[in-house]
Amino acid sequence: MVKRVGVVVFPGTNCEQETIRAFSVPGQYEVTEVWYDNPLPSGLDLVILPGGWSYGDTLRAGTIARFSKVMTGIVEHAKAGGFVLGICNGFQILTESGLLPGALARNEHLRFRCEVVHCRVEQCNSPFVQSIKSGSVYPLPIAHGEGRYVADEKTLERLEANGQIALRYSSPRGITTNKSNPNGSLRNIAGIVNRDGNVMGLMPHPERRANAITGGDEGLALLHAWSK
Amino acid sequence: MVYEVRIFLKDGLLDPQATTIENALKRLQFSELNSVRLGRTFLLTVEPYTPLERIQEMCKQLLANPVMERYEIREVPS
Repeated sequence: MVKRVGVVVFPGTNCEQETIRAFSVPGQYEVTEVWYDNPLPSGLDLVILPGGWSYGDTLRAGTIARFSKVMTGIVEHAKAGGFVLGICNGFQILTESGLLPGALARNEHLRFRCEVVHCRVEQCNSPFVQSIKSGSVYPLPIAHGEGRYVADEKTLERLEANGQIALRYSSPRGITTNKSNPNGSLRNIAGIVNRDGNVMGLMPHPERRANAITGGDEGLALLHAWSK
Repeated sequence: MVYEVRIFLKDGLLDPQATTIENALKRLQFSELNSVRLGRTFLLTVEPYTPLERIQEMCKQLLANPVMERYEIREVPS
């Protein structure tokens, strides 16, 4: 059955085209652009909040976007068990709106990092990664200045215990070290899911690793896993 | 009336900007310096007799992220 995917565009979003392209697989996905100032269309299987600088990152990254008209429908969609994926700025919007725990602070070294890093898929209770063998390592591009995942100890322990950590920054061989952590994220966290596993946020950009001619297409497997 | 809201990263949370400033001041021989915290300030001009609770609501709903930030509010002469 064809899965319906909506890619939300806020003022300042700049990764919607590559995200849409990553789901342009006829017969498998039907992908539509969703404007931030419209209500969320009904019948979507997956809603994606793509990367960019929504509202110019005014105040904090993702803060203003969470009050947009479309977000009401996205919160309802998530509460009803629908899939929601936030990439980079989308992850920041999801933490700001309380759909995911924790927050994304300024990178530890204060530099904007734009490079390919490696992420290890964790044993995680979520359809977003369950069909991928845990321990698999993906080369994924990152591009962010505020990607340091922070949360209090209690929240981190809960994430670990519930299997809510989806991705960790690691070496190409899957070993998590300080050196493989590009931004100082606590416990090398690169991506998490909510308690029910239907909402995921990650800082890396799998949609920028979706075509062999631009370096590789490993990101596609990660983007499509929820529907396998 | 005017309220001043100051927002800081929570104590205990690594604040790399503040650390950079702290190190620079120490390099300038200010050896008496113990620590630096860096924050941001908002001056909110509101209707007369606006209660403090309204400003607290603004902080909770938008101005601060309670996961990583704390806030201080005081009334300032306008």
